[in-house]
Amino acid sequence: MKLWIPFAAAAGVFVGAAIIFGADWDLPPVDTDQIGYRGSGMYHTLDREDQAALKLANVAPEPPYEADPEGDRAKDVYENVQVLGDLSDDQFTQFMASITEWVAPVQGCAYCHNEENLASDEVYTKVVARRMIQMTQHVNEDWQAHVAQTGVTCYTCHQGQPVPANVWARNLVPGEKGTGLGWSGGQNIVNKAAGNTSLPSNALESYLLEDKPIRVHSLTALPNGENPNTTKETESTWALMMHMSESLGVNCMTCHNSRAFNDWDQSPPQRVTAWHGIRMARDINQSFMTGLAPVFPDNRKGPEGDVLKVGCATCHNGVQKPLYGVSMLQDYVDSLGSKTNTDVPDFTTYKPGETTTMSPAKTTSLEPAIGAGEGATALASAD
Amino acid sequence: MQYQNIFTQVQVRGPVEAGIPLPRGDDERVGTPFYNWLAGWFGNAQIGPVYLGFLGTASLISGTIWFVIVGFNMLASVGWDPVQFIRQLFWLALEPPPAKYGLSIVPPLNEGGWYIISSVFLLAAVLLWWARIYVRARALGLGTHVFWAFGAAIWLFLVLGLFRPILMGNWAEAVPYGIFPHLDWTAAFSIRYGNLYYNPFHCLSIVFLYGSVLLFAMHGATILAVTRYGGERELEQITDRGTASERAALFWRWTMGFNATMESVHRWAWWFAVLTPITGGIGILLTGTVVDNWYLWGMKHGIVAPLPDLWPTVVDPAIGS
Repeated sequence: MKLWIPFAAAAGVFVGAAIIFGADWDLPPVDTDQIGYRGSGMYHTLDREDQAALKLANVAPEPPYEADPEGDRAKDVYENVQVLGDLSDDQFTQFMASITEWVAPVQGCAYCHNEENLASDEVYTKVVARRMIQMTQHVNEDWQAHVAQTGVTCYTCHQGQPVPANVWARNLVPGEKGTGLGWSGGQNIVNKAAGNTSLPSNALESYLLEDKPIRVHSLTALPNGENPNTTKETESTWALMMHMSESLGVNCMTCHNSRAFNDWDQSPPQRVTAWHGIRMARDINQSFMTGLAPVFPDNRKGPEGDVLKVGCATCHNGVQKPLYGVSMLQDYVDSLGSKTNTDVPDFTTYKPGETTTMSPAKTTSLEPAIGAGEGATALASAD
Repeated sequence: MQYQNIFTQVQVRGPVEAGIPLPRGDDERVGTPFYNWLAGWFGNAQIGPVYLGFLGTASLISGTIWFVIVGFNMLASVGWDPVQFIRQLFWLALEPPPAKYGLSIVPPLNEGGWYIISSVFLLAAVLLWWARIYVRARALGLGTHVFWAFGAAIWLFLVLGLFRPILMGNWAEAVPYGIFPHLDWTAAFSIRYGNLYYNPFHCLSIVFLYGSVLLFAMHGATILAVTRYGGERELEQITDRGTASERAALFWRWTMGFNATMESVHRWAWWFAVLTPITGGIGILLTGTVVDNWYLWGMKHGIVAPLPDLWPTVVDPAIGS
């Protein structure tokens, strides 16, 4: 009996099955829409099964009831309302009902509040939620180049979960931790943030937290010594582009004519929106997410101890326009439509379970304020 | 029906062939020859003996060292986890050193140093094998066509891993040793340099590559089609045209007005094959060294089709911001 024959056959069957069933193919039919000039190959490709699943998964919920904008202001009715104080009592109550459904429908009010004392900031999630409301207001007012009038609400990202499904944190590939061998240049491992390619794993950190230059092309036909980028920088940029493509369920042609990726003159207008989106995500991560590091407990941080951050998928969730372009903001313009209080407390002073009021001392609005009584130590620990 | 075939029909079995006696100074051939039915589907059913000699042995040792260095770096890159090593094997690679180390041949061991060391062994393995092909061809009294053809492939290999990185001034330009990573490198290379599609030597290389495929298909089909007339003895028919050769020639002359000969078709195939990596290597060598953006180069030289401006309102938002 020649043993190698059954072994070879089994290996062949196994590899064949892995290729057929493991590769996540899109079964036909696939719809294609022409979006560019004929012959340029610019098509938007949408798999019908994927679209059906996405349509079910991305539905904007209706507000629980219509709130009366008249009446006493929330800041006069309740204690420690720092950001939403100008809402009416009814609007404020309605917003609290909504945000519970958006973020913690299972856990309920107690996810953020001490139910004995709703005004207290002792549960860390309440401090985070306040900062996130400020962030949402900031996005809706200052990033209309990306979110337009559609705007965003908590639900855009959270979709009924305390932690949005699609967030990222620093991802050191195992090879970067070894000393003798195994260095792989921060790439060459399955990169879930970039469509399961082997492209650089730290690309989101480079572009959506730091502002490493994204553009790699030369603008002259011949070398003039001004462009130091190699294929490695190009692979990093490509990883970001894969992230965007996978996050939005679109392909390269949604924003580019692939014959000249860098040429704006041949690019569809979606590329301008995406350009602002990259900067918006970077702004959110720099101005809002990383600052909350002292507040988040360890189990809400990434494997390297940094806070969870936003990428394109955080809001888009596989769809080109989040929630298929339905504007939930229209029902929450008074609460989330524009900035109210932009003060930032010194989060390093936060002590979960003890801090009852987390607010900045009224000095200037952007400098971290110093908590009364422990000012010197807080400043030292902030450094 | 016996001659209506596309798979190998005949497996000759008999006493295994040891080969011709070798001159003094040559090594002994290695391995006891045997027949293998499966091998007979694809080629000669006899496996072995193999002539290794000094060049073959040294080449295999060098190649094995390269392979093991790459493999252990891959294994270490997943934290020595054998399961992840197999699951992610196609994603793993040994990466060349970062650009900041320039052309240093001693970058930190774990930051490209292993790449340089392994590359020396890979280069040695390939060149030793190349020399072995020359020596074995002469030992059998053959021409050196295979040697030169392999040389064409080595040219492209050297351009990618040696000549172009030297001209660009850093080893970061070299290709990573990994399955998907080297494919990603290829696509990123095209993107960085403004689309290799507009590189005329890339065009030529593709012409010769697809041309090779076409010639191979035409020639293979022609010979299979005339096996019933003894056409598989094509080499004898270079000088002694039989009816197989005549009919094959007439077929092409009648269908397209012109036909190759039993000799010329092999010269065509050889030249198409070797010109594929030769022109491709020239195209790679010019990229980044002489031309930095092939799309813009193509614009300058009128090979880019103009498109109407469908989105005149789109302006680079970085301008003025």
